[in-house]
Amino acid sequence: MARMNMIQALNSAMDLMLGRDPDVVIIGEDVGYFGGVFRCTEGLQRKYGEHRVIDAPIAEGGIIASTIGMGVHGLRPVAEIQFADYIYPGIDQIISELARLRYRTAGDFFAPVTIRAPCGGGIRGGQTHSQSPEGIFSHVCGLKVVMPSTPYDAKGLLISAIEDDDPVVFFEPKRIYNGPFDGDPDKPATAWSSHPKGEVPDGYYSVPIGRAEVVREGEDVTILCYGTMVHVAEATAARSEVDAEIIDVRSMVPLDVGTLTKSVEKTGRCVIIHEATRFSGFGAELAATVQEECFYYLEAPITRVCGWDTPYPHAFEWEYFPGQKRLAAALDQVMSA
Amino acid sequence: MARKSRLHIPHPPARPGDRPDFGYVEISEAGEVDRPEVNSRVKHMESLAHDMVRVLDDQHAALGPWNPHLDTHELQIALRYLVLSRVFDERMLRMQRQGNISFYMQSTGEEAVSIGAAMALQPSDMLFPSYRNSGLHFARGRNPVDLMCQCLSNSKDMCKGRQMPIMYHWARGKIFSISGNLGTQFPQAVGWAMASAIKGEDAIAAAWLGEGSTAEADFHHALTFAAVYQAPVILNIVNNQWAISTFQGFAGGERRSFAARGPGYGIASIRLDGNDLLAVHAVTRWAAERARTGNGPTLIEHVTYRAAAHSTSDDPSRYRPKDEWRSWPLGDPIERLKRHMIVQGDWTEARHDKLVADVRELVDESWKEALTHGSMTEGPFLDKYELFEDVFKDIPTHLISQREQMLGFEED
Ligand SMILES: Cc1ncc(C[n+]2csc(CCOP(=O)(O)OP(=O)(O)O)c2C)c(N)n1
Repeated sequence: MARMNMIQALNSAMDLMLGRDPDVVIIGEDVGYFGGVFRCTEGLQRKYGEHRVIDAPIAEGGIIASTIGMGVHGLRPVAEIQFADYIYPGIDQIISELARLRYRTAGDFFAPVTIRAPCGGGIRGGQTHSQSPEGIFSHVCGLKVVMPSTPYDAKGLLISAIEDDDPVVFFEPKRIYNGPFDGDPDKPATAWSSHPKGEVPDGYYSVPIGRAEVVREGEDVTILCYGTMVHVAEATAARSEVDAEIIDVRSMVPLDVGTLTKSVEKTGRCVIIHEATRFSGFGAELAATVQEECFYYLEAPITRVCGWDTPYPHAFEWEYFPGQKRLAAALDQVMSA
Repeated sequence: MARKSRLHIPHPPARPGDRPDFGYVEISEAGEVDRPEVNSRVKHMESLAHDMVRVLDDQHAALGPWNPHLDTHELQIALRYLVLSRVFDERMLRMQRQGNISFYMQSTGEEAVSIGAAMALQPSDMLFPSYRNSGLHFARGRNPVDLMCQCLSNSKDMCKGRQMPIMYHWARGKIFSISGNLGTQFPQAVGWAMASAIKGEDAIAAAWLGEGSTAEADFHHALTFAAVYQAPVILNIVNNQWAISTFQGFAGGERRSFAARGPGYGIASIRLDGNDLLAVHAVTRWAAERARTGNGPTLIEHVTYRAAAHSTSDDPSRYRPKDEWRSWPLGDPIERLKRHMIVQGDWTEARHDKLVADVRELVDESWKEALTHGSMTEGPFLDKYELFEDVFKDIPTHLISQREQMLGFEED
């Protein structure tokens, strides 16, 4: 076991997979010699060579398209998109090609591509370094979509993603790369070293895609969350009189409906929180699923706490970020319903 | 396992610890490259995409057919803008380091690309910059206070706090908004130029992007549309050798110049010394005349060097020799113009020192004034209410209710 932050855990996953499987290659802007702008691939080119940890031209469309070709030819590429906000030049290749290749060829062709993309705000990145576009990709049939909230899950899920024969879009909440963040920007930063899931095995293990995790048990209300919001939810619950059960969804597609419904059937109440904008966001899918599966158990309307339906602003970042205050109010609201 | 990869991987000539080596940069003698008529056919001027238009020689004389013959007054204006651009950058970098602004990007070493071009264009021409063209604003007479207020996201920020620092725009000055997404402005400029042609107007468009960004599909859309419609547009590639940690070979510059892509599309293309303000000015003026007289688009490659870090989040000593900038064969654009003016007898060291001092004072005063409109920590602040405006022309009901919710949280 070692103490790792999320960057080190992701690095460790890629290191391991490059070592175990000669077909694994990494490609992306600045990932090679430099080790990535967030340093997730640091040292990997030195260790595995520039033919396996490959610097790419600045062309997300080209990066995705070429990984499809590589995948079809038997490699297992991991593409890094420097910021999730810059994934859009590759979106036609993702939606029309990568996601549907298996279906349109009746399984004769497929591309086991993992797309890593740092997402989320809280870093003063303005509208083009803060987005959470998971809902755009969860809407596409044929893509698996995941977002870890801890170093342990980040490594285990990335290993699963690389081993998966289906394409996986792997979102990394960059605000918690270096430590858990509970939504309060005025508090001193905390490190992963004091978090139980900052303990990460050095060796191989995996966290299965498609499984949510109950991170706090409670009786009154179920909070569905993922990424940075898991930590916001934990901090909110710790201060609240409401006994919340917190579920880290982890995998948007496929969704672990069983874990979600089991919890809501117990608590009878559900609050959903994500950083992405609300309208047509992934929370809508969660709410609809809970409503369909647990309607007769519900004692209050399902409530969503989300980013406002505007681009992510630079100046009013903390007014925008769905923090503890808004979540606490939502908990009170569902309890008084 | 015992595989032998045959993939070609581009390598920069020097990494940290190596001796800088710019032997790959092909440089023509000043004054040596022909200046064709503005209506020349593309196939008759293809060599301009490989040669390098230079006006200033190593003795600081202005030579050859591309000499724009700027008068003393114009040269002094150009020099002032160059100095303003650099002093402004130095100041804002310091302000970022002290935590007054969240982020910054300098244009150091490539100021002539913006200043030379803006001075050769008409005020009615529309400019589509990248983030490393703040000189366009200065050369169009923008008050530095306005740019500072944007960097501060304060109550006078033209973006109302919605964009990161340096993502300026200026509707009245005809300078388009800077996007964080690379290259998007290139084909948009072509569209603007197409509209100008459709409306029968004389105004042309000009756009800039880094050589790294030429890999994006938008670059190629721009060239296709510009060529197909013979749009009155000037497309500028600023080849400053580095795109964050990847050198220009990773954008496809290893074997041919970036300008050489133009003739393949049927576009007049010129490679020039981007640290020679006179060359930038002359070629821009040529391209503008070509566009305005209905002879179509021009692609210009400005060969220059990014002397500073990519941004305040970057540390270039991790990927390139620390002192590489000192070995750059095309020198420093400010120093070169200054020397030229001194050699011509129009300028002295003493006058230059006074210019720098004046500009420093202007920048100091501007900063003080900008702070009176607020900072990230001190008021006056922007109105939070406005967070929800301009998503649409008219605010829809769901945003009105979200705004009420947010203001409710602010109160308790
Ligand atoms: C679509 C997109 N992809 C990636 C990025 C991240 N990024 C910002 S600047 C940059 C390098 C750009 O290099 P270049 O075009 O050569 O311009 P320079 O910075 O050298 O002026 C990268 C990769 C981005 N902003 N947008």
